[in-house]
Amino acid sequence: MKLPLPDFIKRYWQLLSRPVALALWLILSFGFIAGIVFWGGFNTLMEASNTEAFCTGCHEMEDNPFEEMKTTIHYSNRSGVRASCPDCHVPHEWTHKIVRKVQASKEVWGKITGVIDTRDKFLDHRKFMAEREWARMKANDSRECRNCHNFEYMDFSVQSSRAAHKHRTALASGEMTCIDCHKGIAHHLPDMSGVPNW
Amino acid sequence: MKLCHFKHWFPLALTAIVCCSSLSTQSVAAESNESVESLRGPTAISEEAKAPALKKFPKERELLDLNYVGQPPLIPHSIRGYKITNNDNRCLHCHSWDNAVSAGATRIGISHFRDRNGQVLADVSPSRYFCTQCHVPQVNAKALVPNIFEPVESLKTP
Repeated sequence: MKLPLPDFIKRYWQLLSRPVALALWLILSFGFIAGIVFWGGFNTLMEASNTEAFCTGCHEMEDNPFEEMKTTIHYSNRSGVRASCPDCHVPHEWTHKIVRKVQASKEVWGKITGVIDTRDKFLDHRKFMAEREWARMKANDSRECRNCHNFEYMDFSVQSSRAAHKHRTALASGEMTCIDCHKGIAHHLPDMSGVPNW
Repeated sequence: MKLCHFKHWFPLALTAIVCCSSLSTQSVAAESNESVESLRGPTAISEEAKAPALKKFPKERELLDLNYVGQPPLIPHSIRGYKITNNDNRCLHCHSWDNAVSAGATRIGISHFRDRNGQVLADVSPSRYFCTQCHVPQVNAKALVPNIFEPVESLKTP
């Protein structure tokens, strides 16, 4: 029985099945191996740059946001489940992650030019950076929060009455998202004057 | 009998002096032992005192009765992680006049809008900004010392 293959496949097979096509095979296999190496290397690098050790590699991040986070429930708590920097600041899905990673190239430039290389500069810049992160969270409906905190499985009976009420109404209806109320949960807040709903 | 003769009163006096001095040294020693006890308790200076267990604040509870007129109301919920900084006051998220109604929280007292000279301000007076200076949450702890204080009738909730 002969399979009804399309013509172009037959043509390519004829091209590759000649004895002189060895070079072509060689090129193809080189391409295949190079593809594996490149793709593996790319993902390895991306994962390596997606760790807390990488984020806190600069003193800017280690001395400021990381240090502030240590006293919060997202770092230390009764059950030992914790979030690391990329859990909240880098999307987990591949496409969004790549978009964020490309945007982060601006932060590399910031590191080189030393935008926040002293404590004072960091504090001056805090509101700008916080607002950018709030806007990102607001725009994606607090996607990174929801990687761990699933609204569907919230037990309102063990929440405080105020929290339960807000979650049942504003969050359930989609009118508000996590970040609208839960600002400054892992880092200190900037001057909050003029911030809506605050 | 001549009591004032030297050979009669000298041994007596000597005994008295020796007794008194030894007594006073003892009492001083006893006193110093008691007065040395500080907040760290009777633990020797070379030893490390055992830390008392941390108290657990209830997440939420009924409003706590006032004990006397002018008492700052007690906080009937946990305030774990709440920060009061130059930039942000977590308490005012719910207790400020703007937010109290939507949050279903007690509004801060009108007295908090006056500064120390009685001048009325447009917002919370800086001298009242640090809520936990007067308002504190309560744990269900045993009283450290016995207390028979009773609030006046008008402050008791039936």
